Amino acid sequence: MARIFDAYFKGLGVTFKTMTKKTVTVQYPHEKEAPTARARGVIAMLEENCTVCMLCVRECPDWCIYIEGHNDLAPPRREGGKPRKANVLDRFDIDYSLCMYCGICVEVCPFDALFWSPEYEYSEVNIADLLHDKSRLADWVQTVPEAPGLEAGAQAKKGAK
Amino acid sequence: MDLLAFSYPAETAIKIGAVFGVIPVGALVFTYVFLFKMMSHMQSRLGPMEAGPHGVLQPIVEMLKFLQKEDIVPAKADRLVFKLAPFVVLSSTFLLYVVLPAGPGLVIEDLNTGVFFAMAVSSLSVIGILMAGWASANKYALIGGLRSAGQLIAYELPMILAVVGVVIQAGSLSLQDIVHAQADGAIFGIGAIGNPFVLTQFVGFAIFLIAAQAELTQTPFDMPVAESELVAGYMTEYTGVRFLLFFIGEFATAFAFSALAATLFLGGWYIPGVHGTLANVLGPLALGGKIMFLGFLIFWVRFSYPRLREDQLQRIAWKALIPLSLLNIVVTAILKVVL
Repeated sequence: MARIFDAYFKGLGVTFKTMTKKTVTVQYPHEKEAPTARARGVIAMLEENCTVCMLCVRECPDWCIYIEGHNDLAPPRREGGKPRKANVLDRFDIDYSLCMYCGICVEVCPFDALFWSPEYEYSEVNIADLLHDKSRLADWVQTVPEAPGLEAGAQAKKGAK
Repeated sequence: MDLLAFSYPAETAIKIGAVFGVIPVGALVFTYVFLFKMMSHMQSRLGPMEAGPHGVLQPIVEMLKFLQKEDIVPAKADRLVFKLAPFVVLSSTFLLYVVLPAGPGLVIEDLNTGVFFAMAVSSLSVIGILMAGWASANKYALIGGLRSAGQLIAYELPMILAVVGVVIQAGSLSLQDIVHAQADGAIFGIGAIGNPFVLTQFVGFAIFLIAAQAELTQTPFDMPVAESELVAGYMTEYTGVRFLLFFIGEFATAFAFSALAATLFLGGWYIPGVHGTLANVLGPLALGGKIMFLGFLIFWVRFSYPRLREDQLQRIAWKALIPLSLLNIVVTAILKVVL
């Protein structure tokens, strides 16, 4: 008897109960769901931390990061010393029409120049507009949430957010 | 229509207008309330929300969308039969509404063989579906049409046999007389709510609803239009207006079957203690409420169950429902004579 009930009527109960509950979907443009704090929405780039090491470009599985840079001379560290060599970032683009949001670039960046931001509203009519350049990526930095506290014994890096 | 005296042409015009009004309204109401809203909420989503408050205008928008689509006839199709098929299906639906009473005076034609007529015209849709399946020149459509024909024939039988119990108890084939029999009846000598036959004919009621589910090709029995295997069965090749006609036919028939079940088993338009002109005013509302309740049952099952196999479908009809309904007739007949 219990098996017959399970077979024929439990399903009806499930649908009826679901009908009386609040729906999980929301009316998106009118109401929005708050993404979790560390959601992978968009990648932000902090230019001053970037050393043009190209690690992110090499590790990117679908090659959606484009970096160009040139060598420049920086003032010497000590008075009368030789001018240092420095890499200057000319171009840093992420093509979000190719990006698969794996986050390897964020993981691999040794200088904490790349961050995840939970922002997700940057859809475009034209696919070419999904190519975010340096300044656009820099704008996302403001939306990056505060990083969780460091573990005991870890050293904070200079300029890390 | 004994409320006011009309000339014959005027009366006929009013009746035709009533049927032409009730069918789209019934189909739209069922589509919106059950297909759009109830199904959505059962799947934990909201359904259409933009067209009008809570998307009430969505069915009308959908209708307009189908009207502006191209009416395509496949090159190899049998053109005349292909074009005619949806109208044959819809005519079966239209004819069903002829005998359904919505009040003591609100019936298109109170035939004294009303139940027989309703059962007969409801099987007319098989011809239209077979026509559609055959004329489409498409193997999916043909398989869908043949499945549909086999299914409708198999489930026509338990449905009619289930109704026979009601007819025996009421002593009449006229739907108005069946309503009156329920209104005048009494449960153990108490006549407060009459005697809706769902109490005495519960087996018949259950069989009728299961068979109606199959007749309407709703989900546990939706092999004729099984989306995952036959695309849309006999409707595969139809577009635009003709698809819309099939669609309206499906939901208007669901509405009509709910009305038929409400009339046969739930007391139809009868409200305890309401008679005369007031019954003509409130009757349609009472019937409408019962239709919505039965529609809810039909669509609730539709949105909850998975699809059966073709052999399971036939086994249920021939090995379970038909013997059960025959037994129901025997028991009803014996009790009718004894009591």
